[in-house]
Amino acid sequence: MDASKRRIIADSLGVGIGVGTYGITFGALATTSGLTVMQTCALSLLAFTGASQFAFIGVVASGGAPMTAAFTAVLLGARNMFYSISLANILRPKGWRKAAVAHIVIDESTAMALAQEEPKNSRTAFAWTGISIFLMWNVMTLIGAVAGNAIGDPKTFGLDAAVAAAFLGLAWPRLSDRLSRILALIAVIAALVLVPITVPGAPIILGGGAAVALGLILNRAYPKKGEPA
Amino acid sequence: MTELWIATLVVIAGCYAWKLLGLSVPQSVLDHRVTIQIAAFIPVALLSALVAVQTFTDGTRLVIDARIVGLGVAAVLLAFRVPFLPMLVGAAASTALFRLFF
Repeated sequence: MDASKRRIIADSLGVGIGVGTYGITFGALATTSGLTVMQTCALSLLAFTGASQFAFIGVVASGGAPMTAAFTAVLLGARNMFYSISLANILRPKGWRKAAVAHIVIDESTAMALAQEEPKNSRTAFAWTGISIFLMWNVMTLIGAVAGNAIGDPKTFGLDAAVAAAFLGLAWPRLSDRLSRILALIAVIAALVLVPITVPGAPIILGGGAAVALGLILNRAYPKKGEPA
Repeated sequence: MTELWIATLVVIAGCYAWKLLGLSVPQSVLDHRVTIQIAAFIPVALLSALVAVQTFTDGTRLVIDARIVGLGVAAVLLAFRVPFLPMLVGAAASTALFRLFF
């Protein structure tokens, strides 16, 4: 195994373990919201998309109808389709692999895959991030669902900041040109403006989407030399 | 079957369907110029939005808390070309210490 592959695997495991630990929060909150341990674990095993899962139990906990909660969660899951579209050309899965790849398409596995320059590295980053989060997320969900809030908050160990730092570390090498910096700034501002007025998870795809739209407009208005507009 | 179980199954089926649908988009669409441009912009846009949301929000509220310390430490370490994993440890440790003392 070459050094770059080892580094990608180590980075992916770092993100996977950091993010997966939050399963304990989901497990504890889900059972507190009135879900059974079985329902809680079924969501982490089979729906496996953090923001949608949190949205579901959030609406249930606030007294909303279960089907309203489900609708909110599924709507929020729509961003995973855009991730899948971005990943399709890089990963090119066929047959049963497509079904397996689809299951671990989430924010972090997509971000880690798209952060690599070469498709080969993208596949490594996607698989190791996705599978490590999946395992960690499910074990921690079960622990959280059974043990409740007895274990302690991942925040005590600063894991919430580590997740933000992971995303910053992935974005860092891509902020080398001016257009990327403008898009990054727009995504940050748009996402934060949307936070108080949308459901959790939505600002990521809507803020990111606003930046992508602006990128397309800027590209059309100021095409690079030698490139058709 | 309870209403909560039915809702749970709807979430499971719906969320998986989105993921599979995206992977099943025809190659002609993937090869389109606009698709390629969008795909090129998505990483920076997505990662930046994730940084903002992960640092400055608590549910649907905007907050400034100890996480900004960790993010600041991460930015400094990245500027000094510290590798990814030590950078994460630095961000987590500085945030945890800040929470311990303040």
